[in-house]
Amino acid sequence: MRDLIEGRVWTLGDDVDTDQIISGKYLTVIDPNELKKHVFEIALPEFAANAQAGDIVIAGVNLGCGSSREHAPQALKAIGVGAVVADSFARIFFRNAINVGIPTIEAPGVRALFEAGDGARIEMGAGRVTNVRTGASVGFPPLPSHLLELLEAGGLVEKVKRELQAGRADTAR
Amino acid sequence: MTGNGTGAGQTLAERILARAGGLEQVTPGQIIDGRVDLAMMHEQGAQTVQPFHDMGASRVWDPDRVVIAIDHWVPASTEGAAVLHRILRQFAKEQGLPHFYDVGNHGICHQILAEHGWVVPGDLAVGTDSHTNMLGAMGAVAAGIGPTEMAAVLALGKLWLKVPPTIHVRVRGSLRKGVYAKDLILRILGEIKTTGATYKAVEFSGPTIERMSMSERFTLCNMTTEMGAKCGMIAPDATTYTFLEKIAKHPMHPLAPDADAHYERVVDIDVDALGPMVACPYSPDNVRPLEEVLPKHVKVDQVFLGSCTNARIDDLREGARILKGHKVAAGVRFIVSPASTSIYKQALDEGLIETFTEAGGVFTNSSCSACFGGNMGILAPGEVCASSSNRNFPGRMGAKNAEIYLLSPAATVAAAIRGELADPREFL
Repeated sequence: MRDLIEGRVWTLGDDVDTDQIISGKYLTVIDPNELKKHVFEIALPEFAANAQAGDIVIAGVNLGCGSSREHAPQALKAIGVGAVVADSFARIFFRNAINVGIPTIEAPGVRALFEAGDGARIEMGAGRVTNVRTGASVGFPPLPSHLLELLEAGGLVEKVKRELQAGRADTAR
Repeated sequence: MTGNGTGAGQTLAERILARAGGLEQVTPGQIIDGRVDLAMMHEQGAQTVQPFHDMGASRVWDPDRVVIAIDHWVPASTEGAAVLHRILRQFAKEQGLPHFYDVGNHGICHQILAEHGWVVPGDLAVGTDSHTNMLGAMGAVAAGIGPTEMAAVLALGKLWLKVPPTIHVRVRGSLRKGVYAKDLILRILGEIKTTGATYKAVEFSGPTIERMSMSERFTLCNMTTEMGAKCGMIAPDATTYTFLEKIAKHPMHPLAPDADAHYERVVDIDVDALGPMVACPYSPDNVRPLEEVLPKHVKVDQVFLGSCTNARIDDLREGARILKGHKVAAGVRFIVSPASTSIYKQALDEGLIETFTEAGGVFTNSSCSACFGGNMGILAPGEVCASSSNRNFPGRMGAKNAEIYLLSPAATVAAAIRGELADPREFL
């Protein structure tokens, strides 16, 4: 995971729930490359066709409330989104996004600083999100070490893989 | 005992998480590795299989603590759903997972866990569905997680958790005729709102809760999910033990909050004057007294009595009692979906199915049914539904601009009879 993340911004409002991110009718789809065609279909219909790898999503409060579906972060991962930033997250969405390896940052007050199409610069270590166009910025508490480790590893799958391998090595000793 | 930094005792969530973490006590904000007592998967569990293998895991940590209960598309209604079911069946076979509730023995996953005694007091339970919170009514910490996280749980039998601060909801008074646990939880949602309990635990107590049946307690804990809560719970008492006496699958570890526990917030509710409530589109916290909405004459196209929140036998009995002697209004589609196959059979034995179908309703096989907009009972653009379920966000049951009003089972049936939102007390 890079310390500095920069990208073009897409904006969402408050309380965008998982139905607005990936609608219930796509829940039997498990191929992330198919899912990414439908991400934000209700909340931001132009996103799926136009989003590029490295883009940054900035939302208001309670992003990802509702269901436990991981389809939403899987689809964002398939697009290659650089980071998801919000005033606040619903807890399962936050965990799911971190678990699939997306830098997920809670920065209260961030949404008001951005318009769609602005550039964002995120300093992970220092804990700051800056609007490149206006210069306005907001701080955030850096992620705790166990979550940074998880992102460093590239997500939960890689982290557990390392743990299991280390465990086996211990047993073999 | 040593102090926890504040000198205060432990809430129920803290007691349970301390046990799960093998610690004497914990403090909100502390990160623990929690040993999992029960892991539940529904169709979303199909997405755990690939990450489980990618992690290099070979065996599930404890097959006796894993339950698979398919519920969203039962029997499979699309090829995609059939594939999810097959992935789960193959995984269960390969891993030797005996507790698979498949077609014919099925029900909504949380109801399956409840009626088969899979979650017991003191447990840390996780499931691949957001309404796993419902099982907190057993005096447990029960939380929803995603499928990748579940893969890690299956591999290691544990997961990291941040100890949440607790909101204490104390309830006193008696629910009046025509007013139910659902009205109470909607009233509480109207106060705490959809973000008020994010990352937090909600603990219910008080004389009203003590008098409630397990079914009513499940309804309360179920909708703590809509407050953003990590978990909702009720300390175990005689009602809990009686319910679990013959069905508990694992030994109980009853835990209670300390009298001097530190709560982040206390919400006091008196239900003596509470009337029927409704959550209007497009948020479960857009709650008003039903009486205030009735003058608008909200016509309904569909009525849904179902979901993990409110489709147990007492919900169906109350609905049938109100419906008896009436007909479903012309032009209204009334869908009743029991929470499990055993409830289906009970409804059959008690003649409830006859009451619903004679009145013009459709009584379906047990499943999540119309609640999530991906299987049946889907709404067309502009349609309106009165529902006993738990969410009414845009697009939840189908079209983005369809409208969902969340109500008690009794109030949904009143709407089915009138063809518009109506006060259930007029039929009691």
